[in-house]
Amino acid sequence: MAGSTLHDGLTPLNAAPTQTSDDAHGYYTLGEKIVDPVAPTGPIAQRWTTRKFENRLVNPANRRKLNIIIVGTGLAGAAAAATLGEGGYNVKSFCYQDSPRRAHSIAAQGGINAAKNYKEDGDSVFRLFYDTVKGGDYRSRESNVYRLAEVSTNIIDQCVAQGVPFARDYGGLLDNRSFGGVQVSRTFYARGQTGQQLLIGAYQAMERQVAAGTVTQYTRHEMLELIVKDGKARGIIARDLVTGEIETHLADAVVLASGGYGNVFYLSTNAMGSNVTAAWRAHRKGAYMANPCFTQIHPTCIPVSGEHQSKLTLMSESLRNDGRIWVPKRAEDCEKDPRDIPEEDRDYYLERIYPSFGNLVPRDIASRQAKNVCDEGRGVGPMVGDFRRGVYLDFSDAIKRLGEPAIREKYDNLFDMYQRITGENPYEVPMRIYPAVHYVMGGLWVDYHLQSNIPGLFVTGEANFSDHGANRLGASALMQGLADGYFVLPNTIREYLADGPFAPVSEDDGAVVEAREAVRSRVERFLSINGTRSPDSFHKELGHIMWEYCGMERTEPGLRKAIDMIRELKREFWNDLKVLGTADSLNQSLEKAGRVADFIELGELMCVDALNRRESCGGHFRGESQTEDGEALRHDDEFAYVAAWEWGGDEGQPVLHKEDLVYTAIEMKQRSYK
Amino acid sequence: MIGTMNLTLKIWRQPHAEAQGGMREYQVSGISEDMSFLEMLDILNEQLQEQGEEPVAFDHDCREGICGSCSLMINGQAHGPEVTTSCQLHMRSFKDGDTITIEPWRSEAFPVVKDLVVNRSAFDRIIQSGGYISANTGSAPEANSVPAPREKAMRAFNVATCIGCGACVAACPNGSASLFLGAKITHLGELPQGQPERYERIVDMVAQHDAEGFGGCTNIGECAAACPKGIPLDVISQLNKDLRTAIKAGR
Ligand SMILES: Cc1cc2nc3c(=O)[nH]c(=O)nc-3n(C[C@H](O)[C@H](O)[C@H](O)COP(=O)(O)OP(=O)(O)OC[C@H]3O[C@@H](n4cnc5c(N)ncnc54)[C@H](O)[C@@H]3O)c2cc1C
Ligand code: SF4
Ligand code: FES
Repeated sequence: MAGSTLHDGLTPLNAAPTQTSDDAHGYYTLGEKIVDPVAPTGPIAQRWTTRKFENRLVNPANRRKLNIIIVGTGLAGAAAAATLGEGGYNVKSFCYQDSPRRAHSIAAQGGINAAKNYKEDGDSVFRLFYDTVKGGDYRSRESNVYRLAEVSTNIIDQCVAQGVPFARDYGGLLDNRSFGGVQVSRTFYARGQTGQQLLIGAYQAMERQVAAGTVTQYTRHEMLELIVKDGKARGIIARDLVTGEIETHLADAVVLASGGYGNVFYLSTNAMGSNVTAAWRAHRKGAYMANPCFTQIHPTCIPVSGEHQSKLTLMSESLRNDGRIWVPKRAEDCEKDPRDIPEEDRDYYLERIYPSFGNLVPRDIASRQAKNVCDEGRGVGPMVGDFRRGVYLDFSDAIKRLGEPAIREKYDNLFDMYQRITGENPYEVPMRIYPAVHYVMGGLWVDYHLQSNIPGLFVTGEANFSDHGANRLGASALMQGLADGYFVLPNTIREYLADGPFAPVSEDDGAVVEAREAVRSRVERFLSINGTRSPDSFHKELGHIMWEYCGMERTEPGLRKAIDMIRELKREFWNDLKVLGTADSLNQSLEKAGRVADFIELGELMCVDALNRRESCGGHFRGESQTEDGEALRHDDEFAYVAAWEWGGDEGQPVLHKEDLVYTAIEMKQRSYK
Repeated sequence: MIGTMNLTLKIWRQPHAEAQGGMREYQVSGISEDMSFLEMLDILNEQLQEQGEEPVAFDHDCREGICGSCSLMINGQAHGPEVTTSCQLHMRSFKDGDTITIEPWRSEAFPVVKDLVVNRSAFDRIIQSGGYISANTGSAPEANSVPAPREKAMRAFNVATCIGCGACVAACPNGSASLFLGAKITHLGELPQGQPERYERIVDMVAQHDAEGFGGCTNIGECAAACPKGIPLDVISQLNKDLRTAIKAGR
């Protein structure tokens, strides 16, 4: 194992950092350092087994009396609802779509990692752990990541048992492929629809529990407030999106599995409804938001075609296994038909700069290099502003080598989708791709038990910050969602619930009334501002600011400017918003207004977080922190910590709590993919 | 951007489930052929908002053809003229001056919620009645301990790609959900893991299908023609075959 050493699990390999630079001075206040109060110790390979044993059990007869609210029905939420339902708990499940099956996990294409080592290519739990920590640029917690790698194998077993139709080889056994940034084949897949198949598996398991009476599902419901009573999370306020009714749901614990907030950039590969509202409402109630600026910009998306664009479409990065990325060597060639550009005039820049990883470098690197070649004026496709924003992803070599039918079998749905959107046939003309916002590593802060700093509030899946550090490796979000939902949360929440059921809370309790009234007055406010601009127009403007200043490259002056612009936008929003329709019916503009209001506040915090982190790591590239040849430069001496932000009030400043990241099993190194 | 279009839209407006609905006519202009159908509706909605008229409600989320939310009857065809979802339909399928009618799914089992939005919860209840394999978390054997023949696994996958959109129901003159049902029966029935519950599953799911008010199948085939995922008609033959076996076995 290159560069990694197994330790006894006790001696840290890095010293605790001290921060000396402070670009964000004046935008935040410094709070006390925090630690994960339930962090395990001992040899890393035993930590999870030991913890599962140590965590208390809940008597089966008591489980029925314990109520758990789960917000979200993606992989993280549906898997948890199914498992906790099977365990006999009383679960209420919420989603904003008309069916749990439509959660955005459905859109994941490429695959899911697991350390099965079916290919005998040297994979192991430790290697998956190592790759994930390294891929995340040493900004994740090693105990959490090790656990993720460890349960990855159980996930595949569970999914196959449920009838998930993974790709198989001719002998009927499971097939694997390799996926961006790693050199082993550990990715399980179902053509280009892996997320769909995994989600349908989890959805069906959850529906089985609905039939069994342990899970009640609330579709077309949006959580708009968290209820915190005596310091504990005790329920949510949700709006029935069809009738407009504002409902109170009380419970012993609340789980947020509400997905990622990439839509803060307006254009992203997320679903139109993906939002930060559930997480942000919890943040405003005291839950820390960790590393909010850590955003993943995916290298292979279909480029923007015009102003009307409402979302961006991902082309799975599995395409990078067979496609070669290039741009013309000379800017003059950029308008030519790519098929007429001879081999010697093409620049396969990833293969050139990173000879050992080539087209399979991690996402952050592939994205930034695409931006660089386009900034140099060598992009292809239509002009967007002053530049062409696209690079070629070319399959002609692979088609020659493997034949068109083989390529078709692997990727036909992706190629069809590309053709439908662009009107071009990628079997004949190279695809054009460009990076787009895809995933957020940041999210609500959680401990090893996936519990936030508010007791009783648990956060799973993309909504938490835990496992991917500053950059997520391909095919590991699905793994994390299902790990959290099927195997981790059910084993950690019981330690909390063992003290329950907690004293009943009345619907007239002060804390409950306060939460309900806050929702009601907010809804009324949106409808009564009566200005001139639609929620969408504000969202678009916010997205432009975020992409320009808090996107692929961030600098101190840019981030400062962005914060000013966002504050101005916020003022304008609350003065000039116009929402038509009523509060007591399906009103999509009203839903959107609430989501945009929260995105605006989140956007500001993301910029403050990015400003504070004067280092480049993973997806976070600070212009001020790069090597001579333009590679990201990390500063472990100052920034080897999780930035956990506490809400400072509407008029106050956010409070930064640092959690030091200490590695005992892996040594921190600068990443190199050359 | 090559040329833009001016279009006349005739759209079903209905304020809520109990209200009387009707068609309204709108004009949109400057539509580019690179826009998706839903982006064209976004433009209409921004325009309506400016005029102080409530935007048209329609279901959509992923806009990638995979979540199954979008559900528009376009010129009388479920998801419009191409074999794809409403969200993946692009304006290059239309031409300048066209009149386009847009309605919700029409089916007794899918009541209108508002404008173009319908209630498809009947599909969830069909799944609840048996559309799963009972495998509690943690009880699974090693994944490769049971090989699944590749051909069968591929067929299972192909039909498991159903997105639960309901276009098959909307297209069927009888309002039958047999294609949706057959797809699930075939997905689970082709896999070794799906065998123990195979016949019980079908009896329960068919009963739920009928109880929800979906019609019977008379082999017209409109469903498969409208299905954006190309679910083939033979899943209905599979459904009927398995149902006969189950009935013979007295399930
Ligand atoms: C296009 C695309 C392709 C991807 N491909 C891959 C891949 O190949 N491999 C991989 O590992 N990862 C992939 N990812 C990432 C991965 O899919 C996601 O990170 C993961 O599925 C998130 O799952 P989740 O359960 O956390 O949230 P989601 O699936 O996003 O679910 C969120 C849920 O929360 C609900 N919700 C949100 N807010 C509220 C609210 N306020 N009230 C009520 N309900 C709410 C929603 O209704 C939904 O049910 C991809 C992502 C995208 C966008
Ligand atoms: S069978 Fe086809 S048309 Fe019917 S719900 Fe499934 S995907 Fe939609
Ligand atoms: S919006 Fe998801 S399939 Fe059309």
